[in-house]
Amino acid sequence: MMRPGTEHELAQMVAGAAGPLRIIGGGTRSYGVALGEVLSTAGLGGVTLYEPGALTLVVQAGTPLAEVEALLAREGQCLPFEPMDHRGLLGTQGTPTIGGVVAANVSGPRRIAAGACRDFLLGVRFVDGMGRVLKNGGRVMKNVTGYDLVRLMAGSHGTLGVLSEVSLKVLPVARASATLALEGLAPGRAVEALARALGSPFEVSGAAHVAAGQARTLIRLEGFAASARYRAERLCRLLAEFGDWQVLPEAGDLWRGVRDVSVLGDGDVWRVSARPSDGPALAALVPGAVAVFDWGGGLIWLAVPEGTDLRAALGAFDGHATLIRGAPDTKARLGVFAPQAGPLAAIAAGLRARFDPRGILNPGLMSPPEERPA
Amino acid sequence: MEMPEPRADIIAQKARIVARLTDALPEGTIISDAAETRAYECDALSAYRCAPLAVALPRTTEEVATVLRLCHEMRVPVVPRGAGTSLAGGSLPTADCVVLGVARLNEVLETDFANRFIRVGAGRTNLSVTGAVEADGFFYAPDPSSQLACAIAGNIAMNSGGAHCLKYGVTTNNLLGVTLVTMDGTIHKIGGAHLDAGGLDLLALICGSEGQLGVVTEATLRILPKPEGARPVLIGYASSEVAGACVSDIIKAGVLPVAIEFMDRPCIAATEAFSGAGYPDCEALLIVEVEGSPAEIDEQLAIILDIARRHDPVELRESASEEEAARIWLGRKSAFGAMGQMGDYMCLDGTIPVSELPFVLRRIGELSGEFGLKVGNVFHAGDGNMHPLIIYDANTPGEQEKCEALGAEILKLCVEVGGCLTGEHGVGIEKRDLMGYQYSPEDLDIQMAVKDAFDPGWLLNPAKVFPLASSAARRMAAE
Ligand SMILES: Cc1cc2nc3c(=O)[nH]c(=O)nc-3n(C[C@H](O)[C@H](O)[C@@H](O)COP(=O)(O)OP(=O)(O)OC[C@H]3O[C@@H](n4cnc5c(N)ncnc54)[C@H](O)[C@@H]3O)c2cc1C
Ligand SMILES: Cc1cc2nc3c(=O)[nH]c(=O)nc-3n(C[C@H](O)[C@H](O)[C@H](O)COP(=O)(O)OP(=O)(O)OC[C@H]3O[C@@H](n4cnc5c(N)ncnc54)[C@H](O)[C@@H]3O)c2cc1C
Repeated sequence: MMRPGTEHELAQMVAGAAGPLRIIGGGTRSYGVALGEVLSTAGLGGVTLYEPGALTLVVQAGTPLAEVEALLAREGQCLPFEPMDHRGLLGTQGTPTIGGVVAANVSGPRRIAAGACRDFLLGVRFVDGMGRVLKNGGRVMKNVTGYDLVRLMAGSHGTLGVLSEVSLKVLPVARASATLALEGLAPGRAVEALARALGSPFEVSGAAHVAAGQARTLIRLEGFAASARYRAERLCRLLAEFGDWQVLPEAGDLWRGVRDVSVLGDGDVWRVSARPSDGPALAALVPGAVAVFDWGGGLIWLAVPEGTDLRAALGAFDGHATLIRGAPDTKARLGVFAPQAGPLAAIAAGLRARFDPRGILNPGLMSPPEERPA
Repeated sequence: MEMPEPRADIIAQKARIVARLTDALPEGTIISDAAETRAYECDALSAYRCAPLAVALPRTTEEVATVLRLCHEMRVPVVPRGAGTSLAGGSLPTADCVVLGVARLNEVLETDFANRFIRVGAGRTNLSVTGAVEADGFFYAPDPSSQLACAIAGNIAMNSGGAHCLKYGVTTNNLLGVTLVTMDGTIHKIGGAHLDAGGLDLLALICGSEGQLGVVTEATLRILPKPEGARPVLIGYASSEVAGACVSDIIKAGVLPVAIEFMDRPCIAATEAFSGAGYPDCEALLIVEVEGSPAEIDEQLAIILDIARRHDPVELRESASEEEAARIWLGRKSAFGAMGQMGDYMCLDGTIPVSELPFVLRRIGELSGEFGLKVGNVFHAGDGNMHPLIIYDANTPGEQEKCEALGAEILKLCVEVGGCLTGEHGVGIEKRDLMGYQYSPEDLDIQMAVKDAFDPGWLLNPAKVFPLASSAARRMAAE
């Protein structure tokens, strides 16, 4: 295993690599179908700069997420995109890193209000497939100087470069929150209620429906105490036709449950991104699936029998499905990421070929099966 | 500003090129008469102008694809154009190019309030997007000051911001999908009404690519429910250091104002003379606006005023009515007009870390003295996006060059303190040759490699964004 301690060492190792590299963050098992010698970023730790008054944090990519969150918490701040902890779902151990979070653009329930990980990423430093140290963006809130490779790197799953440093915008933790909860709605009605809430001026920061066991619909409001109370009251009235909503002052556990989809049981787990109002009908195409609807219905987590080809079951729709948990042969057969339309796939392949001409960074992870190395 | 030598072989074939395009497209799509193309010779960086070979004004995505396919075949450069309000020369033509204007693609194609999005032709103006949804209680958040005129196409290409982006983000944070036509005429759909496009985030690459990767013909935009209300306060300070510290404390406190605007003394003086808004006589002035129900506004303003008082303001003005609120905004909204009265002006757009505000303002004052040109500062303080306005006289020989030199010094200063050359206006030709201050040759090379992947022939808006010397090899190879 390669374990560089500095960006410079990282660059040298990549430049000198003889074959494919499998990039991992904090030692949680890497997923998908990437093969090759393991390159761990765990040695690249530490905070470069933290200015709470400017809401900016610059940190080495291998820094454990928990360390970042603890540092921010001391100043009453947080990563607003609420990254999930996959360990329960995937049954893996280890320490998720901030670089892994960025590389997978991991974003939780607050995405609908605050934005995704990519929306809080201000700058990156990374090493491309030739071992060149590159940077893009910076540490300021607004920056349109040149192309936006910052967001391109978020969600590129280590296929375009190995991140060495990321700068992030952070936000103060909300002083108070209130959660509206209602049991027993069918998914279609629940998503209607969530849409009504999200279409109101009351700044909903979480809108989920958990359709496992006793179905439960959850709507979160955050901000100052009086304001959260006021908005909760208004929303209860606005949504009265759906039922008698309960207002919970503290529902952190419930939202962590939504974030980490802790109710999903056995089987393969898929993550479907869709038009919110299409969510319930899509989920209904897979009888017996356990579903968690987040983002007002736009993100659907589905637990299905092992080996199910969910993309075939769903047919064509406005969105895509990613296989998060499944046996290696299922991942190899179906691909982790949905295939893209031919011409777009060609552009994506063209980008990978330019960032990584030797094709050594997580080869095959994001490419269609036919382009994968045997 | 230097532009590459136009290609004589293309100019020599003008008649043939125009004929091929005219034959392939509906009547009235291609114009090539010098009198008719005059309106397309420049954008809002009007010190620079150039007549294009021809202008294409298609009405559909398919027609855009036809124009691009033919230009690709004939190796003719194309400069995409929205409304031509770029302040960076982004839509400035070259003599050997076809300007491809998308203004006629301006329909609302779909509105969906349950899923909170609107799909429009990219030529639609920014303000008329909100216009199409406001009766139903929604709005489109990014609001550049040019919103009456500028098109969504230009907003996407420049990743434009606005006064309210502190809370709502800029274009890229509100863009869900596009229809993009690449230079070879291929039509791509990227993203859509769902939140994450699959695969690599190509949508993010398109946003802010200044018309160099493809031509956007349709956009799916996120719309938001209108807040219940909004209210500003005005705070005056005896020094910009103190005003800067106040901004930082407000941000840290966890209140999320929709806007924190900052004006310095030269700018206050100019707007007072122009609009008579009744601003206090002081070094630095902040306008802070918050949103919500009346009670929520009171709650947030109480916190903000408490912070403001701790910094010992020379003036604290609340607004009890719509009219008083409008008076607070009056001077800020007329700032550009007021500065314009003082002469020609150049509007810069660097961003700095908020903590560097006092130092940068002091240095700009010194540089202004050294160059003998007045500079007023009015900007979005919450996110550090500065807008220094340099006043000069275009008719005095040498003054424009002096103004550009001062502008370059100020932008270098922004980079030195950890910021960037442009926060929302884009690079265009204006900041093209300063890119080397922010990026290494390798950093620029990987960006140009992205263009290679979309437009291997370097035909789309090729003379922009990258220093001419760094892009020369690629542009030549394509010839
Ligand atoms: C589609 C999808 C599938 C997932 N499947 C799994 C899974 O099977 N197992 C699991 O533990 N988590 C999985 N996750 C979760 C994700 O990996 C974690 O949330 C991440 O935060 C864990 O951090 P890590 O440091 O352990 O990263 P890792 O799990 O080690 O890596 C996550 C991804 O990011 C890449 N990466 C990590 N660090 C860097 C870096 N510095 N530069 C460039 N690329 C980097 C890796 O190559 C990998 O592709 C998945 C997420 C998504 C979106
Ligand atoms: C008075 C004034 C105030 C302004 N205020 C602000 C402000 O507050 N915030 C801000 O961010 N900007 C502001 N601007 C700058 C300008 O309005 C924005 O950059 C705007 O987005 C440009 O839009 P446009 O349609 O006019 O684009 P154009 O000027 O026509 O083009 C701009 C760029 O976009 C490219 N382009 C155009 N159409 C397409 C297309 N269909 N596909 C691909 N590329 C395309 C062009 O090639 C060019 O590079 C202001 C300008 C003025 C004159």
